Amino acid sequence: MSDRVGLLLQLADDELILGWRNSEWTGIAPFLEEDVAFSSIAQNEIGHARALYELVARELGTDADAVAFDRPPEQYRSAPLVELRRLEWALTIARHWLYETADAVRLEALQASDDAELAGIAAKMAREEAYHRIHADMWLDRLLASDEGRPRLEEALDELWPYALGVLDDELRAEFVRRVEARLGRSQPDVDPVGRDRHEAELAELLDEMTSVRRTAPAGARW
Amino acid sequence: MSAPASALAPERVWEALAGIPDPEIPVISIVDLGVVRDVRVDDRRVHVELTPTFMGCPALDAMRARMEEVIRGLGAEPDVEVVLDDSWSTDRITAAGREKLRAAGFAPPAPRGPEPPTLVQLERGPFRCPWCGSTSTRLENLFGPTPCRSLRYCDDCRQPFEQFKTI
Repeated sequence: MSDRVGLLLQLADDELILGWRNSEWTGIAPFLEEDVAFSSIAQNEIGHARALYELVARELGTDADAVAFDRPPEQYRSAPLVELRRLEWALTIARHWLYETADAVRLEALQASDDAELAGIAAKMAREEAYHRIHADMWLDRLLASDEGRPRLEEALDELWPYALGVLDDELRAEFVRRVEARLGRSQPDVDPVGRDRHEAELAELLDEMTSVRRTAPAGARW
Repeated sequence: MSAPASALAPERVWEALAGIPDPEIPVISIVDLGVVRDVRVDDRRVHVELTPTFMGCPALDAMRARMEEVIRGLGAEPDVEVVLDDSWSTDRITAAGREKLRAAGFAPPAPRGPEPPTLVQLERGPFRCPWCGSTSTRLENLFGPTPCRSLRYCDDCRQPFEQFKTI
């Protein structure tokens, strides 16, 4: 696997898996506006994954669906942060904000890449992600402003911190930590990242559910 | 010897594509939407560059299929290429397209600034109600029925409306 395919798969798998996790709020979010918001965000993330899988598929001589759905769990390159199944609001907002903050650092780096195609897609993704960040920032402020929300959010941020550190590589991680500390106004613990060299047990369950239709349909079925 | 078929002019292709409505908001054509980036005619083969709006927009496949159908209707062979670069922004929606959106009750997107939008701008900025023209409107939800729109509410005519996001 080329370095380029490896990098594209990290990005695509993060967006696909988090898109799926965000879509789990469709219909059951705390209120209607958030059903709509998380569903839209999920749609955007999965759209980004699709575009990135198209590039991978072109290099590997296959199609995007095969790349997205036909790999065993251990071949996914997603970060454990996006794999966790946490249908709890403070944890959802904490993950959303941590991921969008990390993703912004990553997309800025990719837009400056010598790989013109990847830089172009990153710039296009960044236009949409700007709204995800606004949404995540708005919720961060909202929870921090409430007596009940603040401790719950802080606990969630602490729980997810090692996972958040595992989204970016060594080169970009320092900038991510800097932004988190600046925004939260506190220093974050220096812990070992939970990186892409392992997966959460929830990933296999997610993939089993996500690919169930594909696995039951005859090859070449069109929808 | 038969006479060579008269060449298809690119203007004819543009005109035909301008007759294709956006699958989601049919008041506006795909040409008004700015997603057709280039048309080249090479003998009987028509190459079209199509650039998606939002990357997860499910209308892309429908647009592509309809474009191919329309080009075949001109007696040519379609070659529709989806270009996934950063060339589309809401600034590409034509003036005519923006007016059609407004008339149908969708507030057209604000022009893009040098920096991405912020929550403060979306909450405080002057966004005009497409129904009554008032700028006394407020952000109800950053997200709407599709990823390309937000929901706002007009305090003057007391109607909700859909505001196109600027990307």
